[in-house]
Amino acid sequence: MDELQLPKSPSPSQVGFSVGRRSVLKTTALAAGVVAIPGLLAACGSDSATDAGAGSDAGGAAAEPATGEVTLGSNYSNEVPQAGLQAAVDALPNEDVTVKINEVDHNTFQENISTYLQNPDDVIPWFAGYRMRFFAAQDLLGDVSSVWPALDGELGDGFKTASTGDDGKQYFVPWNYYAWGVHYRKSVFADNGWEVPTTFDEMKTLAGEMEAAGITPFALGNDGFWPAMGTFDQLNFRINGYQFHVDLMAGKESWEDDKVKEVFSTWAELLPMTMADPNGRTWEEAAAALVSGEAGMMVIGTFVGQQFPAEELDDVDFFPFPEINAEHGIDVVEAPIDGWMMAKSPKNEAAALELIGFFGTAAAQDAYLAEDPSAVAPSSKANSAAYNELQAKTFKMVSEAKFVTQFLDRDTSPEFASNVAGPRLADFIADPTKVDSILSDMQEQAAVILGG
Amino acid sequence: MTATAPLDTTDSGVDNTPKKQRKRRSAMALSGRDRTVFVLMIAIPTFLHVMLVWVPALASIFFSFTDWKGIRLSDINFVGFLNYEQIFTVFEKDFWQAVINNLALLIFLFLGPTLFGMLLAYLLDKNLKGSRIYQSMFYTPVVLSLAVVGFIWQSVVYSTENGLATSLFGSGDPVNWLGNQGFMIAFSENYGISKNFVAILVAIAWRHTGYIMVLYLAGMKSVDQSLRESAAIDGCNEWQAFRHVLFPTLKPINVVVAVITVIEALRAFDIIYVLNTPRRTQVLSILTTNNLLGEGGGNVGRGSAYAVLLFLLCIGFVIWYVTNHYRESEI
Repeated sequence: MDELQLPKSPSPSQVGFSVGRRSVLKTTALAAGVVAIPGLLAACGSDSATDAGAGSDAGGAAAEPATGEVTLGSNYSNEVPQAGLQAAVDALPNEDVTVKINEVDHNTFQENISTYLQNPDDVIPWFAGYRMRFFAAQDLLGDVSSVWPALDGELGDGFKTASTGDDGKQYFVPWNYYAWGVHYRKSVFADNGWEVPTTFDEMKTLAGEMEAAGITPFALGNDGFWPAMGTFDQLNFRINGYQFHVDLMAGKESWEDDKVKEVFSTWAELLPMTMADPNGRTWEEAAAALVSGEAGMMVIGTFVGQQFPAEELDDVDFFPFPEINAEHGIDVVEAPIDGWMMAKSPKNEAAALELIGFFGTAAAQDAYLAEDPSAVAPSSKANSAAYNELQAKTFKMVSEAKFVTQFLDRDTSPEFASNVAGPRLADFIADPTKVDSILSDMQEQAAVILGG
Repeated sequence: MTATAPLDTTDSGVDNTPKKQRKRRSAMALSGRDRTVFVLMIAIPTFLHVMLVWVPALASIFFSFTDWKGIRLSDINFVGFLNYEQIFTVFEKDFWQAVINNLALLIFLFLGPTLFGMLLAYLLDKNLKGSRIYQSMFYTPVVLSLAVVGFIWQSVVYSTENGLATSLFGSGDPVNWLGNQGFMIAFSENYGISKNFVAILVAIAWRHTGYIMVLYLAGMKSVDQSLRESAAIDGCNEWQAFRHVLFPTLKPINVVVAVITVIEALRAFDIIYVLNTPRRTQVLSILTTNNLLGEGGGNVGRGSAYAVLLFLLCIGFVIWYVTNHYRESEI
């Protein structure tokens, strides 16, 4: 059983980065946990009330003195992230605040979020972007703008945008993330004398050379329908830019727009160079082709490192999807972010705000990273010395990005993503000639789902 | 035909008379305490039945006329037939494909596993050497849930690169069994029975055949041996004996099989869901679930409308069955 079947794109706290030799044991534990998520491992809610650890002036900018108990919902049901969260909670400098962690299995939490938000814990784990904004717009979340002034120094603009609701207030504090890019094996590129492409034309030329060398240029397995969304996202924001992409996801632009058609015609150029029949293949099977060198490149999240043997992890590298439209360059990075939100009416608002504010700081994120080194911390002050090459590169790419997108299934209504976009993109891959009827269906359905 | 009529009358006669007598007698003989027990025994199951079956069913019908997102009850707005209208105009390709798949599954289960299961039962009933072994082999898949059947077939049989089906029937190249959404039987440009759905049908048949076989085998074992002997004496050949003697006596089993098959076909869900619903393999229950459940669902209105449409499809079969059943028992 080493197949991880995910109906949605994986969450950072589920997958993270593979960390290779440095902490092989922890990686294995994480991988084992990840595999167990879909079925079993309904970790029984362990209610561990913990006194806040030894307080010092370590970092948390506590504006008002908060006291009492604050409840923290946790979907960090695997051992490693669980220990990380506990460590971060223990590091909270305010000794007067007691944090009670209520733990729920990761997938169960996600499936039941609507019900959960009727009667939530004070502090809630969730995803940045549209999926946070959706609940904020439903008036289910508390405003956490007051903690942001203290965080502005260490969290970049991309993170702030991703944490902001439709009304301009912040409802979210980022906690960790991974990024999407074009993954490849350094050794394969070195053996053939290939360079990392910086423009789309260079990438197409490179793909042609790969075909000549008997290597399939692009690996793709679209089982579950989310992997193809990754390619669509990259093409769309490279061609049409961040704003158009976000507006399209929000239903403010039309899928029948010529700009969208250009995305699909560009994609159609890549499809003949992509592994045949991606729809029945899992992303792991596609990644296996990358590992074995049968395929040259793969547009996927950094979690693909899990599929490589630990000793070959140094050979994995990625580059940002190359520039297509000079107007937009490569100013967008796709990096799904996990983080924290506050209940609409928390039982202990002062303590909840203090805890959420603390989670945004390097002190909390470092405490987490010490236990779970597979994550990347959003804080620019976090201890990056412990990062491996991929993490360091991700960190650099994301912190330099002008815009951070989440992922198609996080940037739009999940209903639109899973019931419309996923199946229609699969239809497109299966038969690119039907693009016009696919896009008119998508627009019609987007209007119904996102419009009303 | 003549052979069936007397059997039926005795059946219904045995069924009906004692029931009436029992009721009359018990109503007269009840003491106070008996009555309490009696009321409780009726009241509790009735309460549970109403709460667990009727209330949710009626709630689904109610919600199908609203735009509820499943968050706050105060957010419910009535939208009339909007959800149904959208299903038939905006999501019509998904919907009709699902109806086609449900009906295709129904027809397939009758033509494939039912006939084949009957044949297996007939052969095993002949007391072949080692028939117990064959029986167990054919029956084993039935103990697995369809979800497990899905996982097994996905990884062992239908794996693109190295599945059993690929090695047996492929020409050496990888075959995309579950991802190939091309139509095997196309009704139009947009509708038909897709190749991957046929692949799933085969996996379902693998399990369903054993189930049908066991039902028929049990039925055949209970057929009076003298019937077969008299058929043999009358000079029936094998087919005539089956068609005119054995098959009519299996009528109760046929009804059970028909009911089971219809139920299985209309409630089909798990095997398709665990395979991540490859394109064009959706059935009505999948559309319902995808709109209702999970974080991506939450569209209670449209999900309920799908559920109501599935219910209407089911009720057609239920009415057919009930009228048929009562008509026969009245004769």
